[in-house]
Amino acid sequence: MSVAQATLARDDVMDIAIRHARREQGTMLLLLAPALVVVAVLLVLPLGWLVWQSFWNDGLTLEHYRRIATDPAYWTSFTLTFRISFLVTGLALLLGYPVAYAALKLPPFWANVVLALVVLPFWTSVLVRAYAWLILLQRTGLINEALAGLGLIDQPLELAYNELGTIIATVHILLPFMVLPLYATMQKIPGDLVQAGASLGGTPLHVFWRVFLPLSMPGVIAGTVLVFILCLGFYITPELLGGGRVLMVSMIVSRNVELYAEWGAASAVALVLLACVGLLFFAASRLISLERILGAR
Amino acid sequence: MRSVGSLLIGASAFVLWGASAAFAQEITFVSQGGAYQEAQTTAILDPAAENLDIWVNQDSSPDSWPVIRTQVETGSPTWDVVDMPTADCVRGGEQGLIEPLDFAQIPNAEPMPAEYKTPYSVAYEFYSSVLAYNQETFGDNPPKTWADFWNVEDFPGRRALRNHPLATLEAALMADGVAPDQLYPLDVDRAFAKLEEIKPHITVWWTSGGQSAQLLSDGEVDMLMAWNGRVSAVARDRPQATFTYNQGILQNTSLCIVKGAPNLETAVPFINEAISPDLQANLPLEIDYGPGNPEAFKTGKISEERAAELPSSPENARVQALMSSTWWASADGEAAKERWLGFMQQ
Repeated sequence: MSVAQATLARDDVMDIAIRHARREQGTMLLLLAPALVVVAVLLVLPLGWLVWQSFWNDGLTLEHYRRIATDPAYWTSFTLTFRISFLVTGLALLLGYPVAYAALKLPPFWANVVLALVVLPFWTSVLVRAYAWLILLQRTGLINEALAGLGLIDQPLELAYNELGTIIATVHILLPFMVLPLYATMQKIPGDLVQAGASLGGTPLHVFWRVFLPLSMPGVIAGTVLVFILCLGFYITPELLGGGRVLMVSMIVSRNVELYAEWGAASAVALVLLACVGLLFFAASRLISLERILGAR
Repeated sequence: MRSVGSLLIGASAFVLWGASAAFAQEITFVSQGGAYQEAQTTAILDPAAENLDIWVNQDSSPDSWPVIRTQVETGSPTWDVVDMPTADCVRGGEQGLIEPLDFAQIPNAEPMPAEYKTPYSVAYEFYSSVLAYNQETFGDNPPKTWADFWNVEDFPGRRALRNHPLATLEAALMADGVAPDQLYPLDVDRAFAKLEEIKPHITVWWTSGGQSAQLLSDGEVDMLMAWNGRVSAVARDRPQATFTYNQGILQNTSLCIVKGAPNLETAVPFINEAISPDLQANLPLEIDYGPGNPEAFKTGKISEERAAELPSSPENARVQALMSSTWWASADGEAAKERWLGFMQQ
């Protein structure tokens, strides 16, 4: 075989490889096409329309954003939303961590029971759960009636139609989003490391604090980010349990459409909220990969 | 490419179907759904379709306004006649989203009171925002006026109002001593000042009719503003729930036509038929709403007892305030609505 022939043959092989790779790329694109179309039609287009609306009021304008910046009602709503989201996230972490830990440590049967108890409500509609909380918490609700029946209270406690009721129900609804990533992370922590810590003389508390807790941090971050971001956009729960006084940002969006037919203002508020969520995701992605937050890994 | 091809075929088939359907006599009628739309289907829509020999397609939307705006602005309206709050018809008319009505072609509107009509709409049915209360709480001395509702000393109890300025501002002004027929133009500053007074005593600001019914039914509140139909529905199971029409705020929905409606020629005679006294008299036989056309009370279909229960019967209308949709659709009305969010946020 001459050198020329060998070169030709190598070129042929390269050619075939490139063509093969191109065809593969083409197939992948074709396979992806339906998904891309769905994303474009259902997400990119409406979002683009939202952006357009937020800058439009019989002409290009920054009026809607100016209003958000200057009207104290919007500021109040944003601070309230962030405060509630912080509280809910903190409570969900406090409640969720021991649950995930228990699910890890319990024998398989009981671990499954714990996880089932966390996941089952997850499959129930948010509206149903919000109403269920109303049945429990309101003045004539189960909790107040039970407490009064036991003679513990004379006056019904104000558990619903305020911030307290909103927070209680929201924590419950968002708890699975905290427990599941935590549990997934904890499961992957090698038991050897904990054992090694113990064999080096660490007390159980010390080992937990120095070994287990740091290793579970990715789960903590993932759960916290998920719960916080979901809470920012919560709508039905504050609507029903807030008694009209807990005006979160999502409700401002809906009021703008219902009450004022102000699509521009509603779009602008929605986009500001979206920007907040985007920033949070960005900040979180510096700490931990997004795939991990979204549960792909 | 095949998928694009079949999509094109599908699209052209759709266009052809649309074109052929346009030749038939039909309209698309939109209302708010639920028990109300079922009731009007039996009472008005089905008989009107039969009388006119047309086909009435139905759609429902709890809030038609944004949909109409989108339909007209994108240049492809699919709705014809819409049953919605009068203020939306007026505002829509001024913004070019609603067709002006040619009343010469709607003879059934002739005897109706002038305030039941606007250039873009005609009254279709009446409901009322009334003072509802729990009889068990108040016994022989129930609240009778909005002043009583505001009087937390003599009428202790938990209260709820609607989380919306409509009717709420009117109630506040009546509580402050304004006569029901002297409300408009609303003194908005005075109304909000009066609302500030009662605000600390409001347990729930409700947002949906269902929520108001639940509050009354569960005994969560002792008195509240609610729609008369909702209260009577609760009262069927819990007789302690009741209401007074005194100082109620009489509101109506109206029929109007979407600008550039595909079946404009059919829509006008349909509206005329839908507000005929005969069909209008059917409505209260199905549901607790009053006819938009007062002539319905002269047809003999509505018994005296039934008339006494209806918000728009002449006796009940007399003790109530008629909401001015024209005022609410005006710039002042819009500005009053704008203040609501800030008021709730404080």
